Amino acid sequence: MIARLTAGLATLCLLSAPLLAQGAKPTDPQIAHIAYTAGQLDIDAAKQALDKSKNKEVREFAQDMVRDHTEVNKQALALVKKLNVKPEDNDTSRALTKQAAAKRDELAKLNGAAFDKAYVANEVAYHKTVNGALENTLIPSANNAELKSLLQTGLKIFQGHQQHAEHVVSDVK
Amino acid sequence: MRPGRISLAALVALGLLSVPAQAETIQVTVDKLEFAPVDVNAKVGDTIEWVNKDAFAHTATATNGDWNVTLAPKQTGRLVPNKPGTTDYFCKFHPNMKGRVIVTQ
Ligand SMILES: [Cu+2]
Repeated sequence: MIARLTAGLATLCLLSAPLLAQGAKPTDPQIAHIAYTAGQLDIDAAKQALDKSKNKEVREFAQDMVRDHTEVNKQALALVKKLNVKPEDNDTSRALTKQAAAKRDELAKLNGAAFDKAYVANEVAYHKTVNGALENTLIPSANNAELKSLLQTGLKIFQGHQQHAEHVVSDVK
Repeated sequence: MRPGRISLAALVALGLLSVPAQAETIQVTVDKLEFAPVDVNAKVGDTIEWVNKDAFAHTATATNGDWNVTLAPKQTGRLVPNKPGTTDYFCKFHPNMKGRVIVTQ
């Protein structure tokens, strides 16, 4: 299971955007699953970067991703437990996971500066995609006020990471 | 007659010793990735205190590189400005978090 939840997602927008737009409004159990999966995938991508990269800035960025997304997901798990909601797997979560696995394989073949560039570029793209999904679909669809509030905090975190990643991209050029 | 006290008072009267205004502590709350208030006014020698209510680590980092305050989860970080001026700052981990410190003499 963990092995399938892997790296970043360059082509994600091609796949998930239609899925998100086309499907009916996601339910709270589905939203919780998507948000949790999105965080876990970014943690796994960061772990790959920590295995492969020797660049100090890239490694620090990856450590930030692990730390923040671990905390968001910890809060998400506490909330679903409190609300007695069972996160429900769905097409969007599956698409995210599949794309992440493909990206992970692609990044696995790269080393050194080529890996660093590809990883941080994908982090920008990935956070952009997740931000779009949060803003346009997940937050407006969430029914429970506490879930909505956690997603809003998650959006601010993801937006911060996107800007941070953009900064790292300009440094590893 | 206590000469020690008189001479101290005399020095103050002559302006040779300054009596500083009481230094204050000014708090900035960090909650859900926001600095509040965004603009903080302080005097040289005051203490600016960032109270991080988030479970996330943040920083208050001057854009001009003058200072960097680490804000661990649920912890407080402090800065005592030593010169007047206006400094924009941000969080290194979440650059969308922004604030400004305005220091007067
Ligand atoms: Cu921050």
